[in-house]
Amino acid sequence: MALRCLATRKTLAQAAFNSTRLTQSRALQTFSLPDLPYDYGALEPAISGEIMQLHHQKHHQTYITNYNKALEQLHEAIEKGDASTVVKLQSAIKFNGGGHVNHSIFWKNLAPVREGGGEPPHGSLGWAIDTNFGSLESLIQKMNAEGAALQGSGWVWLAVDKELKKLVIETTANQDPLVTKGASLVPLLGIDVWEHAYYLQYKNVRPDYLKNIWEVINWKYASSVYENEFPSARSP
Amino acid sequence: MAAAASSSMATSRRFSRKAGSNLITANFELKPPPYPLNALEPHMSRETLEYHWGKHHRAYVDNLNKQIVGTGLEGLSLEDTIIVTYNKGDMLPAFNNAAQAWNHEFFWESIKPGGGGKPSGELLDLIERDFGSFEQFIQEFKSAAATQFGSGWAWLAYKANRLDMENAVNPWPSDKDKKLVIVKSPNAVNPLVWDYFPLLTIDVWEHAYYLDFQNRRPDYISMFMEKLVSWEAVSARLEKAKAQAAEREIEEERRRKEEEEEQSDDDDVQLYLDSDTDDSDSE
Repeated sequence: MALRCLATRKTLAQAAFNSTRLTQSRALQTFSLPDLPYDYGALEPAISGEIMQLHHQKHHQTYITNYNKALEQLHEAIEKGDASTVVKLQSAIKFNGGGHVNHSIFWKNLAPVREGGGEPPHGSLGWAIDTNFGSLESLIQKMNAEGAALQGSGWVWLAVDKELKKLVIETTANQDPLVTKGASLVPLLGIDVWEHAYYLQYKNVRPDYLKNIWEVINWKYASSVYENEFPSARSP
Repeated sequence: MAAAASSSMATSRRFSRKAGSNLITANFELKPPPYPLNALEPHMSRETLEYHWGKHHRAYVDNLNKQIVGTGLEGLSLEDTIIVTYNKGDMLPAFNNAAQAWNHEFFWESIKPGGGGKPSGELLDLIERDFGSFEQFIQEFKSAAATQFGSGWAWLAYKANRLDMENAVNPWPSDKDKKLVIVKSPNAVNPLVWDYFPLLTIDVWEHAYYLDFQNRRPDYISMFMEKLVSWEAVSARLEKAKAQAAEREIEEERRRKEEEEEQSDDDDVQLYLDSDTDDSDSE
């Protein structure tokens, strides 16, 4: 399915390119590192500037570089009709593409305290959290417990299930994006529990990182995604 | 359970359970690396070892000891605990701590101050036979370590007479099956669960290199191969593995003969039944 999506997107991109301007023979869309909507040091003391800089400039950039590389190889393999290479590339696409998708969400999930980071959600998302989990505190406890128990590298997510119309907590391994856990899941909030997300500051104490990250969670962003999915959701 | 999850417990003393009427002793001990914590500098810092051994490795051992108290796992060797809790891939809760405790001890003993260089003797012969050349082996091992997505390990292992298909029973083992292989494994998994003999490992969890190399995993891997690997340790493990494999082979051969004898009895019955069926078909 992922392959078909990619192919479709590429075809569309190609059509768009061709119709708007003359381009090189190959119109393969590449991805580039999105800017952070705040300074590297702006999330301190919850997350150090050094971590943010490495995480954004090095880790996220590497996923993008390798994603672009894999997509280019995929493009060539499809043009050549090289089925085995197309299949072989899937794991690199999932890992690096997932790394790009996940980190792009993660940056938007964070905000400096003076810009509203850590401010609890109001409106329909706040109401939905109370309904599904009892309280925000209990949601945080659950996500922290799942994040701490996750073996190895991965992510813990707060998601809305579009079909069941309810909030769920999920974890994904490595850089698997949330969609691998269900096509109807929309990520509201993803917390990176790879060691690179906290090691320079928190070392082996992942639970402390999880405890502190809530001080800089951007609930406004999560709310806007939620309200976008459910425009008519009941507000208090 | 992740090491990080229980880091707060890492500082608690081992063997500190109440010495009351039911004295409970911890089964497994945290073995220190066979060199001082600063002995691998400047390649691997003292700080890295203080956390990696003193916190991460310790937490795996401590948590394993807590997990197995009062369960059927108590009293098993660490290797047996790993095999039992791996549960043919449907892992039980204690697997992660058991395997990580084993992996880390094996890792510390895979390296030494002033390591690196080139192996010699039979180990080098087998490397050249199975990978083409030592340089080719280094390249393949580095590539396995660099491409393990997420946390995990890369290994050099002696496969003895097992199949490439992990956990499959080799119906007709031959000398051609006996070779060195490079494998990578996610999170806590190690080649013991596939019945291979591990010879060398590199930890590619980020905590193994982040304080010294940050995101530069390939630099850490190169440093590991060039400055730390203890080829003496790998050679000694190969020798031991071959001896164990030979013993195992004799045992398996004996069992196979027994089964064949039983099988041939069964075949007689089968033939009789088959011919009986043929008769009825022809009627």
